[in-house]
Amino acid sequence: MDIFESIKNSWQMITRTKMRSFLTMLGIIIGISAVMIVLSVGESVQDLILDEIRSVGPDLITVLPGSSDESGRPSPTFGVVNTSLKYEDGEAILRSNSPYIYSLAMYLTGSDVISIDSKIKGITFYGTTATYIDVQNAKIEKGRFFTKEEEMDNARVVVLGSKIASEIFGDDDPIGKRVTIKKVNLNVIGVLEEKGSSLIQSQDENLFIPISTAQNILLGVNHINFMRIKVDSIDNIDFAIGHIEDILRDRHNIDILDQDDFIIASTADALETISLITDALKFFLTAVAAISLIVGGFGIMNIMLATVQERTKEIGLRRAIGARKKEIINQFLIEAVTITFISGIIGIIFGSLILALISLVINYLDYNWTLIISPISVLLGGIVSIGIGLVFGITPAKKAAELDPIEALRYE
Amino acid sequence: MLINVKNLKKDFINGEVVTSVLRGVSFDVEKGSFVSIMGPSGSGKSTLMHILSFLDKPTSGDYFFDGRNVKSLSDDELAEMRSKKVGFIFQSFNLLPTLSVLENVVLPLTYTNISSEERNQKARDLLEQVGLSHRLNYSPTKLSGGEKQRVAIARALVNNPEVIFADEPTGNLDSKSGAQVMKILQELNKKGNTIILVTHEKSTAEHAERIIKIKDGNIIEDTKNFCRQEAQEDLNK
Repeated sequence: MDIFESIKNSWQMITRTKMRSFLTMLGIIIGISAVMIVLSVGESVQDLILDEIRSVGPDLITVLPGSSDESGRPSPTFGVVNTSLKYEDGEAILRSNSPYIYSLAMYLTGSDVISIDSKIKGITFYGTTATYIDVQNAKIEKGRFFTKEEEMDNARVVVLGSKIASEIFGDDDPIGKRVTIKKVNLNVIGVLEEKGSSLIQSQDENLFIPISTAQNILLGVNHINFMRIKVDSIDNIDFAIGHIEDILRDRHNIDILDQDDFIIASTADALETISLITDALKFFLTAVAAISLIVGGFGIMNIMLATVQERTKEIGLRRAIGARKKEIINQFLIEAVTITFISGIIGIIFGSLILALISLVINYLDYNWTLIISPISVLLGGIVSIGIGLVFGITPAKKAAELDPIEALRYE
Repeated sequence: MLINVKNLKKDFINGEVVTSVLRGVSFDVEKGSFVSIMGPSGSGKSTLMHILSFLDKPTSGDYFFDGRNVKSLSDDELAEMRSKKVGFIFQSFNLLPTLSVLENVVLPLTYTNISSEERNQKARDLLEQVGLSHRLNYSPTKLSGGEKQRVAIARALVNNPEVIFADEPTGNLDSKSGAQVMKILQELNKKGNTIILVTHEKSTAEHAERIIKIKDGNIIEDTKNFCRQEAQEDLNK
């Protein structure tokens, strides 16, 4: 009996008992589509997260205060304000004229509440340097950013993110108007272009003031929170890090064996770490989804065993008219594989539909979500469904082949 | 000599109880003959038929088919013998309800290397011979008992077997349908087919030219049938 006849016979068996076939297939359909959805969503989420990090800039190095012990996390995470990084550190790095360093910006953040139309709103302001524009690839929509002189001279000026600008001033031109933060009046000199929402940062909601103003007038501190350095090329990140380390160790009097009081992190490192974490998550979730496939496989096995029982007489007849054991095994194996393969195809289609729906909803929610249905996951779904048919079909098929033909013929 | 059986014995072992079903039977069957194996239930006639038709192996003794000792054959070789040398007709027809009449007749050929056009042609021809060419695409469940058995006869013939084994072929049929089936068997025999009929009914057995009577695992009588029943006469009544 050739394979096409067996497949045709299997198809007849499946269509003859539609309800049972459907219920049998359901387990595999759900399993395959679950694996596919988890794989694809995992891929998409990973892309989304990595894109967010890349949007910060792949050529950026961040220097944070605090020691880099095993835990590797900056101390501010635990509520401790670390004051080891100063404005002069940044200036020193800039003055070193390293060929690797394209630009450097420093940051000191603070928050306040302001009232807009008698509504209270929490805001975040950044004391920063004039180089912010270069380092963050920010663009000015209206007016101008503050200058190096203003940065150093406690100038009472402010540049607004696009969203906060329209929230405070509506359709009015904010340039020349005043914003009061921490009871200090600041002149609005510019508005930044909208950069779009991002999970990690949103400059559209923030206010930017000269770092000296933030240190001396608003907050009364002399440290900075962090600095960001833009390197001339991604390839030189490691050289730039080494250079910065040398300068800061020298300035902070840290011997080679002592622990640093700063942490240097690059976006590239973060990308690597996060890829690792998301990969692990993806595989873990896929493994969980794969369990449903195994459950589905046992469903197939159960039904195939019942089928063998029901068709004992048929098996007896086929043996009597010349079927070898091998041919009986093939027949039932092909039947099982036909069921699981059809289920696999339905599962792939079903999974794709759900994925399309998910991406529709997420795009509607305004996230930059790419629908990924990789050909590999489709191929894998097909192969896995065939594999399940083979693995879980072999026991019933062998049982069928081992029936004594005489007993089988007598079976009622 | 097509079939040559020497001192054939068959024991069934169930736990520690050994039941001897065949206690040493010997006989020959010539090519082209029509033999009835007759005996009450439990006599061992079915077991004998199973051995003769390669479904079972004897415990001891020899069975030569066309000069070949069946004892030495493997499982697959026995399957091949069933596929090429024998045709079966059963009391309960054993047609597969999921297949059409034509597909049922083709079924034995699906285990051979014959091309599918050739298979279908062969099956059509045989169904025409048994008068069922108008039922090709019917489901066997829609046929009467007599029609079912005629489909089964066509199926038994489709592989050009050397021997046709008929196990109580009229057992589930009314007398007229039974006579029709017997008539077909007699016609087939006249055309040169070897037929071995297993039955417990004397009237059915008498359609053969030779009757072997079995009781308690032994042949008690092996005679030429001088008062052979012609099925055509039954039909004319």
